[in-house]
Amino acid sequence: MAKFKKKKDGELPQASTAALPDIVFMLLFFFMTVTVMKDNSLMVENKLPEADDIEKLNRKNDRVMYIYAGKPVAGYEKFGTEAVLQLNDKIAQPSELKQYIHAERALRDQEIIPLMVTALKVDRNANMGLVTDVKQELRKENMLKISYLSVKPAQK
Amino acid sequence: MAKRSIPEVNAGSMADIAFLLLIFFLVTTTIEQDNGITRKLPRWEEVPPPNPPVIKKKNIFTVVVNKNDQMLVEDELMELKDLKKAAMDFIDNGGGLGTEGEKCDYCQGERSESSSDHPSKAIIALKNERETSYSTFVSIQNELGAAYTELRNREAVRLYGQGNTYTRMNAIYKDPKVKDEALKTKLDTRLKKLKKMYPQIISEAESKTN
Repeated sequence: MAKFKKKKDGELPQASTAALPDIVFMLLFFFMTVTVMKDNSLMVENKLPEADDIEKLNRKNDRVMYIYAGKPVAGYEKFGTEAVLQLNDKIAQPSELKQYIHAERALRDQEIIPLMVTALKVDRNANMGLVTDVKQELRKENMLKISYLSVKPAQK
Repeated sequence: MAKRSIPEVNAGSMADIAFLLLIFFLVTTTIEQDNGITRKLPRWEEVPPPNPPVIKKKNIFTVVVNKNDQMLVEDELMELKDLKKAAMDFIDNGGGLGTEGEKCDYCQGERSESSSDHPSKAIIALKNERETSYSTFVSIQNELGAAYTELRNREAVRLYGQGNTYTRMNAIYKDPKVKDEALKTKLDTRLKKLKKMYPQIISEAESKTN
């Protein structure tokens, strides 16, 4: 019986923290995989309009092509005070959309191209003239699925 | 020389380093979900078709927005809050025969002679000017979309029972986490049916120049 009485009476062993780094790494990898890096910095104001009859758009799937538009933010005043387009990291004219669409299509698989959706991230203060020009270009390039991105209105 | 044992590397700060990385990723990343109103643009025609189909005036619901963001619906000034009701009355009128010559037996409208014949024929034409603000345009699109959604929801509940609204079934159908194929096919047929009952026909005409 003496064999079993080696432990000192009632003293708790110290909790091992050796597994702590593993746990934290696991958390880290989780966040690395589920989140999306903010890929491009915005050069235009981008306060989305409000709407509630909306559908989710999956950011992770590569069917989505983004087009930003709005007034240039501070530091980019040289582009004027009217709403402009931003494609990737450049301020662009509606006439440059064609090139952009071709570039975006080249990045994707053949099968995905007909399923592509254009997400319009347009500032709520922009006017429709610019949006109409964009829509026109999209129609010419046969990119007919669009989504006017908007946010849910704040709860009343 | 006496054999010295190599001291073990202290891994105590490993956790701190990992935490630092974790916090960095937490700060720099966004778990932002994009939501939007999806629409389909009409195909681009280089030359307009020679004989455009004749559409009866009563089957077109015109919404015109001017540069001061005021809205004219069927030639009358209207507030945004009344638009959904007016659009629903128009779509759901069911006064005549549909594209396939059938009557709208599920419509609950007034069946008036002067409004649309059938949901499949009812066209909403949205016209805007270049100076119209984008937020107004989107809120009008939202109201028009909501009119269709509400009608589809109503029929969904009538056909498939309480709780099976169009919105909910669509959300389940689109959810990539749902892997149940049988359920998806079932929902697909239901959604297709509802979409056929109330097809969303919103024409975004090119804005007037000048």
